[in-house]
Amino acid sequence: MTETAAERAPAALEAVDVTRTYRMEGVDVTALRGVSVRIDEGEFAAILGPSGSGKSTLMHLLGCLDRPTTGTLRISGRDVAKLSDGELAELRNAHVGFVFQSFHLLARTSARDNVALPLVYRGVSRTERRRRAAEALATVGLEHRLGHRPGQLSGGEQQRVAIARALVGDPGVVLADEPTGNLDTRTGHDVMDLLERLNAERGVAVVLVTHEPDIAARARRQIHIRDGRVERDVRDGT
Amino acid sequence: MRFVESFRVAADALRVNRLRSALTMFGVVVGVAAVVVLVAIGTGARDLVRSEIEGLGSNIIFVAPGEFALGSAPSISRMRLDDVGYLGRVTGDEEGIAVGLSSGETVRAGREETFANVVGTNDHYNNVFDRPLRRGRYLSRTDVETRRRVVVLGAGTARRLFGDVDPVGRQISVAGGTRFRVVGVLSEIGSTFGQARDSEVHVPVTTAQRLFGVNRVDFIAVRAPSKDDVPRLQRDIVDALESRYRGEKFSAITQTQLLGTIGTVLGALTGVLAAIAAISLLVGGVGVSNIMLVGVRERTREIGLRKALGARQRDILAQFLVESVLLTTLGGVAGIVLGVAGALTISALSPVPAAITWWSPAVAFAVSAGVGVFFGVVPARRAGRLDPVIALRAE
Repeated sequence: MTETAAERAPAALEAVDVTRTYRMEGVDVTALRGVSVRIDEGEFAAILGPSGSGKSTLMHLLGCLDRPTTGTLRISGRDVAKLSDGELAELRNAHVGFVFQSFHLLARTSARDNVALPLVYRGVSRTERRRRAAEALATVGLEHRLGHRPGQLSGGEQQRVAIARALVGDPGVVLADEPTGNLDTRTGHDVMDLLERLNAERGVAVVLVTHEPDIAARARRQIHIRDGRVERDVRDGT
Repeated sequence: MRFVESFRVAADALRVNRLRSALTMFGVVVGVAAVVVLVAIGTGARDLVRSEIEGLGSNIIFVAPGEFALGSAPSISRMRLDDVGYLGRVTGDEEGIAVGLSSGETVRAGREETFANVVGTNDHYNNVFDRPLRRGRYLSRTDVETRRRVVVLGAGTARRLFGDVDPVGRQISVAGGTRFRVVGVLSEIGSTFGQARDSEVHVPVTTAQRLFGVNRVDFIAVRAPSKDDVPRLQRDIVDALESRYRGEKFSAITQTQLLGTIGTVLGALTGVLAAIAAISLLVGGVGVSNIMLVGVRERTREIGLRKALGARQRDILAQFLVESVLLTTLGGVAGIVLGVAGALTISALSPVPAAITWWSPAVAFAVSAGVGVFFGVVPARRAGRLDPVIALRAE
């Protein structure tokens, strides 16, 4: 698997023998014990595993929110170990879009301004931000909800706002951490439909973290994590 | 992230917690208002002193025994009336030299009785000081030379003893019996340094010396022909007196020097008051710091999210620092408004003078902004350094 992957164009995300150890109250806790994963551009993958398996840690690493203890992590070909905190933030801003289980929208801010938030840190002008935010909201079918605040939207709509926010900066990859975890089954599948469509239409790579098998099954690749290691890496059609 | 964005986010955060922002600001408001009021009163007091000293007349040199220092006990004078003639030869203008010997005494006219500052002086007094007469005449050279028992009343004393009746030509008794004939009444002048100068009564210095049983004078005042002559005259007068009275020290000071000395004292006093007021500003600043820390804790998730979306440490730091500075400068502006209004009210309703200077609100504003930076840095750094992974998980 790694041989064929290495021959392709630069990966969107690539982890090579990554470990991550936390120090909690004086005790070292190892969350990842040598994980190698490569996510290509335009891929649609799910990371599965029981809670405590290390899947969230892996997701944080892939999203540049954290740095590995050992091993190499490359985002869009750049080794994060060599980047400063500021550069890491810029990388995150440019290449990664996040979707969270609990949406993480700013409560007192309109849908449009929530979506525009990543562009604030990119120095985009206000008018341009608002235009692009409206566009992104239209992509997720919420062009009629621009001025609504999160509290005035349903759970499914809130998650679509969050997806629009993840997309607004044109990232190479969207990392979705239990994106359907707070939604009922039907709404959850609507959100998955949306992610699938965006993946297909815009070519953005999508990495889901989930513990729900039927959600994971909708991805074209399932990476199973257990006890800090990749247990199985299954691609559809292989 | 640009400053405008930080400003917008900060303003939003303050608006959402209106009550809390207002209460936090209150400490700064009170501190700034106190500083502005106290500086205004201090400045007002200095202005008052300045105008009173200037009201004494221009180019006047006060000659007194001993070294001049404000607050030092006055020395017993060895100067005598004939020093006028002696100094006249030094300055070349005997007419411009007045003497003074004063004592607080009870004065009486009929059944009316009051307390007055009896000033023994010479006929040159009005050449040196500007004290217009309302009625009658001033003391004359003959009055002084022949030790006449005549008196010129201050406006206040005249009113208390005689009411609306013209006192000229009437008799008063001074210090339990000695009778004086009123020859004139001075115009109203108000008070200098809290001394009611309208309660003065002027008598010939020779008469006063006999009345008090002394042969000295307390002070000599010399009017210089022009400002340029002042320094030379000061030196000449002191030299002349010190050679006449061997082993004695004399000082000759001008209004400007008096102003300088009093100004220094009042300036120090104002400084002390302002420093005390500044302590409340400090306490207000600690309140700001405290509330900002609470704000950072409350918005941990928001900080985590912003970081996940690409905010750098300094973006978050700027956001909270701007919020803190906005809080204190808004408080500062409110404090300045309150302080200026307070100073004007005090000035209008009480005898305490208050003067607003352009620099005190400006300094108050700058200081409140500084307080915002100083007390905002710790919370803002804490926010900036939050680990996004942990921050996102916070409840």
